[in-house]
Amino acid sequence: MERIPILKMGEYLLVTIQVDMHDRLAMTLQDDLTGRIVDTRAKGVLIDISALEIVDSFIGRMLADIAAMSRVLDAETVVVGMRPAVAITLVELGLSLTGVRTALNVERGMDLLRERIRGRLSE
Amino acid sequence: MSEQNVLHDLVTKNEAEILQRWVDRQLAAASYRSDRISKVELSDQSRRFLSLFRQSTSSASADIYSPAWTNTRQMLEELSVNRAQQGFSPSETATFVFSLKEALFEGLQDQLPKDPKAGSALIFDTNQLLDKLGLFTTEVYQRGREQLIIRQQQELMELSTPVVTLWEGVLALPVIGTLDSARTQVVMENLLQRIVETGASIAIIDITGVPTVDTLTAQHLLKTVAAARLMGADCIISGIRPQIAQTIVHLGVDLGSVITKATLADAFSIALKRLGLGVTKVGAPKKRPEGEAQNRTDDRAWD
Repeated sequence: MERIPILKMGEYLLVTIQVDMHDRLAMTLQDDLTGRIVDTRAKGVLIDISALEIVDSFIGRMLADIAAMSRVLDAETVVVGMRPAVAITLVELGLSLTGVRTALNVERGMDLLRERIRGRLSE
Repeated sequence: MSEQNVLHDLVTKNEAEILQRWVDRQLAAASYRSDRISKVELSDQSRRFLSLFRQSTSSASADIYSPAWTNTRQMLEELSVNRAQQGFSPSETATFVFSLKEALFEGLQDQLPKDPKAGSALIFDTNQLLDKLGLFTTEVYQRGREQLIIRQQQELMELSTPVVTLWEGVLALPVIGTLDSARTQVVMENLLQRIVETGASIAIIDITGVPTVDTLTAQHLLKTVAAARLMGADCIISGIRPQIAQTIVHLGVDLGSVITKATLADAFSIALKRLGLGVTKVGAPKKRPEGEAQNRTDDRAWD
């Protein structure tokens, strides 16, 4: 069965979605990721969706769910690399992913994560 | 013998004469525009049309949409489009065909069928046929105009949604004119594309040029803001005029999640502050402590 790899980089987890997401794969990712967050005690999750050409309402909701779950598990989530067409589609679908932080690319996403986590530590 | 064939014979026998009279009539008519079309061109067009008309009448069909009339229709289509471009009015274009009627029957009285019934039937049918052709030119003319309008609309839409770079990382989108669904789509696509290209983190949408904001426009604006946010860029809406502010509140539109500023200048200064930049006067005395304290409180207000 195909799986989406979850890479650990220090206190961050890196998820790069390179294949077309189908519902089953999304559910597996959700399971795997929550498991890894607990195992590695990760502080931040970065999901790169720059290769995704189609994001339907299910995947959109899954992204929002992952963000919410990570927050419960004390990790920040940033979704990076969304394509313009995908952004427009999601907005038209009424999914503006209010709870999810976004960034243009991986670099910006990492900056954002670091900033957030530093901010949280200093609190 | 049907009227159509009588007409065909009549035209075949007297083609040169009819053409001469027709062209003379067109040149003499008040609607003749010597500034738009030359005598030579007009004669040439008339000659071509009459010859095609003669060929088409050889078939028994009086339906101008039948295959026998294809060539005539094509020629008329071409002519209408040309004339529309040359600035002729639709009635002037249709007159080209209508004026043939008089030319056809004038001076041919003696050649008409002797039987009054058959004669009037011929005139009636020919009238009808030429009316149809005349109306056809108007239709084509209209269609040409409509295409022109559609093209202009598209061009206007593309022209009126520029995305400009104000600073490295700051984009501005001055919206001019009413924001409808189609336009929002274009605006949104342009903006998102530019965000990707420039890697901008802040986009300022300036609505100074938007005459009215209703619930739909506000919704479109919020959609654009949401889409930009999904791409990792923050949006500031600026240029909100007092009346528009009032309308927004009266309509109960919630712009709470969006940063709004009265002028583009305010929005730009906020954007610079966010990027950790500032504007200072060259050679101005530095009032460090006070200025810094001021900035810090501002930053906090921002978060």
